[in-house]
Amino acid sequence: MLKYLLEKEFKQFFRNKALPKIAVVMPFMAILIFPLVANFEIKNINLTVVDNDKSTISRELTEKVRSGGYFRISEVADNYQEAMRGIELNTSDMILEIPAYFERDIVKEGTARLYIAANAVSGTKGGLGSAYLAGIVGDFNKNISTVLKDGAITISPRFWYNPRLLYTHFMVPALMVMVLAMVCGFLPALNIVGEKESGTIEQINVTPVKKLTFILSKLIPYWIIGFVVLTICFLAAWMAYGLVPVGSLATIYLFAALFVLSFSGFGLVISNYATTLQQAMFMMFFFLLTFIFMSGLYTPVANMPDWAQKLSIISPLKYIIIVLRQVYLKGSGFSELLTSFWMLSAFAVFFNGWAVLSYRKKS
Amino acid sequence: MKVIEVENLTKKFGSFTAVDNISFSVEKGEIFGFLGANGAGKTTAMRMLCGLLSPTSGKGVVAGYDILHDSEKVKASIGYMSQKFALYEDLKVWENIRLYAGIYGVSEKETRERTQLLLAELGFEKERNSLVKSLPLGWRQKLAFSVSIFHNPSIVFLDEPTGGVDPVTRRQFWEMIYQASERGITVFVTTHYMDEAEYCNRVSIMVDGRIDALDSPASLRKEFGAADMDEVFRKLARKSKNNGL
Repeated sequence: MLKYLLEKEFKQFFRNKALPKIAVVMPFMAILIFPLVANFEIKNINLTVVDNDKSTISRELTEKVRSGGYFRISEVADNYQEAMRGIELNTSDMILEIPAYFERDIVKEGTARLYIAANAVSGTKGGLGSAYLAGIVGDFNKNISTVLKDGAITISPRFWYNPRLLYTHFMVPALMVMVLAMVCGFLPALNIVGEKESGTIEQINVTPVKKLTFILSKLIPYWIIGFVVLTICFLAAWMAYGLVPVGSLATIYLFAALFVLSFSGFGLVISNYATTLQQAMFMMFFFLLTFIFMSGLYTPVANMPDWAQKLSIISPLKYIIIVLRQVYLKGSGFSELLTSFWMLSAFAVFFNGWAVLSYRKKS
Repeated sequence: MKVIEVENLTKKFGSFTAVDNISFSVEKGEIFGFLGANGAGKTTAMRMLCGLLSPTSGKGVVAGYDILHDSEKVKASIGYMSQKFALYEDLKVWENIRLYAGIYGVSEKETRERTQLLLAELGFEKERNSLVKSLPLGWRQKLAFSVSIFHNPSIVFLDEPTGGVDPVTRRQFWEMIYQASERGITVFVTTHYMDEAEYCNRVSIMVDGRIDALDSPASLRKEFGAADMDEVFRKLARKSKNNGL
């Protein structure tokens, strides 16, 4: 019986005008474009300089800030009030005010003050921008003071596993998970609800098909499609960034198989409770967004408040993202990923069991 | 031999009683017409008999199995054609036949052979590889009916099978129903067309969830002193509390 139902699912999938194309294009889009736009490095900060001193040193400082690459000096204002207008109009993110007699104070007294003001509506931009600017000023300070020649302590940091601190290398494995969740969560859910809306599910319900057979017929196709999508992701990451997993691909496929099984199961549970496509979409988006924010895709789970960390255990995405990042960047093996293995297995059993139980052939 | 036996079957949705304590039985090979105005409870009653809906109270035996406890066994021995068009539109004609034949456990060899015969009988040979969505409604309904009896069920339930179909195709459809009946398949059919009611061996007329009349069309006409089934139906439907008259 299952054979006939699977045949049907595959024929319908490949006959669909959009789905096969989306399944191929989406991984490429996600891997090639998302890492470039979802980037937390702050660049192009618009800086207004209020130079009340107009001396050699103040001009040198301005030049140094400009050449750093992080700041775009959008305007040079005559006074602080005028600079604030730029912030209010959103044409400027930060203000660097150089007071009058800046050069004289440095030369005479060996010390001088600078004022930095940041628009902190976007906290990250404000915080990081101030830190960058302070860093540049500190550097400038070191150059003009001639002290600390000997015995100066230099710290040279070494970053493990992602030596160039590339944000893309951190994001790409996690984005693969997002693509997988979209394809393998949404498609089975929308498929069943689609059958509810067209009425064909009633024709199936009036046959002696077993509940488990029916659920498997919806699960297996998306499991296979999930593997294809993941493979496309690997290829895209390799072609675009030369990123290949340090660990073994087999480990990734094993965990991906578990994840797809559990997340498709979740999609099926949604489809059993939704009666229209609209409801199903809405519920899927709500849960997917919750799962993504709880997963550590963008912000490390360890940075979350205590209660959120506890809540994050309900996100299947968290465990598979850990696996992909660890295997891709660190080369972790199966034995180091046992927690994820057990959690994903538990999710798979839980959601699929729920899906079979909540699927009603009789109302 | 009785293939459907229903006793005091009732279905309530909250405070609304859709099917109110109905009892009847259907003989093997009979064409049984199930009539009633919109909302009289026909579809609800039929869905209970097919094992798609649990009754609130009462009992029913279909094809020898209890509809409450053995609904999956009931499903294996019946065919069902719902009000909504229920073949897969994005599958071809032969693929739909193969899918449902496979689900009911007809062997692949038998399916292949009989698909040829069936398409020849329907005059659909050219449409074997057409997607179902490209067929006109009348053709689809004939195909859906053929698919619903492909596995030789002992009873077939048809829920308004000829709704929206032209008179010529309706005529052909009823010829197919007679053929099925000759093969020994009991036909349980709901309809709105009173001329179709005349084709049935016996008809029941539901009003507000109850069966108000049940007999052969000829006896019903006599009993109500009516010229045709249309008049019988209107006389009965007038008694309804919710017909808006």
